[in-house]
Amino acid sequence: MNAAQTPPWEQRSTARVLSPARPRKLAKVPFVELADGRLQGVVSSGSDIERVYVSSLTAKDYSFHCSTNNNRPCGGIRSGGCNHLRALADEAVLQYGIARVARYLRADVADSATTGGEVLSAVNAWHQPSAGAPVFSRFLRHLAYLELPASTEPLAELQWFPAGGAVR
Amino acid sequence: MRFDMLAAPVDGVAEAYDVVAGFDEVLVQGLLRPGTEQVAALQALGGAVSVTPLAGRVAEAVEKTIAGSIAEEHVAALVAARSALLGAAHDALLARLDEAAGRSREPWPVTPAGDVAGENLLAAARSWLSDLAIAGWRGIDHDLVSHADQAVAALLAEPRLRRLGVLLDGFAGELRAWCPGATMPRVPVRRWADLWARAVLLAQPGALAPVPVGTVSGRLLPLGVDLHEHPTAVQAQVHAVLETADGPRLVRASVSAPKVDTLVGPGVWQLLRVHSALLGAYSEQRAMELTDMPVTAGGDLIWSDACAKAGEPAESFATARVLLAGATAAPVPPLERHPVRLAEPVLVEGYAAAAQDDVVTFTLPGLTIEVDGLHSAGPLTPALVAASTACVGLLRWDGRWLLQPLAVETPVKRKTVAVHAGAWAGGASDAAGAKAEAAAADAVKVLRERAGRLLRK
Repeated sequence: MNAAQTPPWEQRSTARVLSPARPRKLAKVPFVELADGRLQGVVSSGSDIERVYVSSLTAKDYSFHCSTNNNRPCGGIRSGGCNHLRALADEAVLQYGIARVARYLRADVADSATTGGEVLSAVNAWHQPSAGAPVFSRFLRHLAYLELPASTEPLAELQWFPAGGAVR
Repeated sequence: MRFDMLAAPVDGVAEAYDVVAGFDEVLVQGLLRPGTEQVAALQALGGAVSVTPLAGRVAEAVEKTIAGSIAEEHVAALVAARSALLGAAHDALLARLDEAAGRSREPWPVTPAGDVAGENLLAAARSWLSDLAIAGWRGIDHDLVSHADQAVAALLAEPRLRRLGVLLDGFAGELRAWCPGATMPRVPVRRWADLWARAVLLAQPGALAPVPVGTVSGRLLPLGVDLHEHPTAVQAQVHAVLETADGPRLVRASVSAPKVDTLVGPGVWQLLRVHSALLGAYSEQRAMELTDMPVTAGGDLIWSDACAKAGEPAESFATARVLLAGATAAPVPPLERHPVRLAEPVLVEGYAAAAQDDVVTFTLPGLTIEVDGLHSAGPLTPALVAASTACVGLLRWDGRWLLQPLAVETPVKRKTVAVHAGAWAGGASDAAGAKAEAAAADAVKVLRERAGRLLRK
């Protein structure tokens, strides 16, 4: 007999909803995410090891923000972004793929586009200082995962999250 | 194993899923203002449990929902009805599988009700889950999804409630990625209803009460390792046969760790192996001698390296051929009964494998089954599976039976060798795997350095 019919994606308990993030080098941009309606993250300062820049780009109106974690404004702001925002966009594309970044930002990028810079050019970002604190606290929360303990008690709910990756 | 017995539909499963599908569609637009179709689906859910002890509470919940005055207790009742239907489907499917495998399974022991921990944290989770159901998947926005953050962080920090925290974190991550719901191209209707419903169940007082734990001793022979992961959690489950004084038993040993989303693929094993010597023993294809290892009634070993020492070489295929057919299986804890939980170790031989567009199927007398669940954290590829002659795998069910290979016997350079999906659990054995491990170790180092400078200020 033939294999049983494959149910549609909508009716599968283990339907894949997100492709896993791709590994990337974290030294320059330790944290990037698509959350709260923004591309947001943290860029390590090239000159001061204690300092990081908190950058974000809002999907709704393409306003962007960049400041240090102590809320000093970024000195490199130009129309269309700054180097930190560009680095953030490039790393977001490495981590999630350009399709997901462009979709989240509702950016109209060319099919041939491959970099975060091209996403930024497509959206015409404009500077509007907002608070960096919520993004920085998302980063601290991200770091805190590695401080939580491991466990040998079973997590039954992870049956809904089979490991995936490159293979289907 | 009579694989042909899996070809025939199991009585009542399709009917149960029809009712569940109707309810799940209601969650797409939300529970607030059900239309005619949604009202019919809710009534069908009530009807399906009308001769069970849930009847009264579910009927009331359906009535209140239709009237537009749904409260948290009604959400819980609707979830109970949905979970009971899928629990019954699970039981029927598992009974068929046991019959086909000739596998005997212990009955579930009566367990005392446990105490309630962290009620305020559970209440916060229930409140968010109710808001979600009222908004519906089409109604979610960034604000609503980010309201989960605080509850998740608090749940993850409380070991007794961690299961709910890990579930909500994975679920919220998916919602966050597809926000706002109004512009989503497609909705994962079954999956999100499943995740939401399980979270509502676990958020009920007592659902996460500690389970009674006994102890067990004997020789543990690993069959294979199953790997689960979402952006912030990873878990390896070793399926094994335990030779006890009372005969062979099927058991599982889990180890899980929190992680971040950039740690993926072969890089995740290093987060786990330091907490369980079993992963190394499995990679070396060795048995372990257990003495008084804690074990639950559901057959889950609560692994402690102090209760285990390395044993003799033990090859997974030899274990599967000699011991698997006669091993007794453990019962499934009632609240975990859902078809997604089915993951029964089986040995499959004498099949014709075929591959088309990366989908591998095995044709056995009376059954053709699709291979699913391969991952990139080990050396097992679809091509190796397609060329294989024997397979130790997990039988699963997601709308139809699926086979997840844990290991295959396959020709490599004109010799038949065993290739394991979890071969790198104890350490990567080839250059590409080792490189991915080193990159992940480097990522962890960078994040720890950043945490050291920024987190404790």
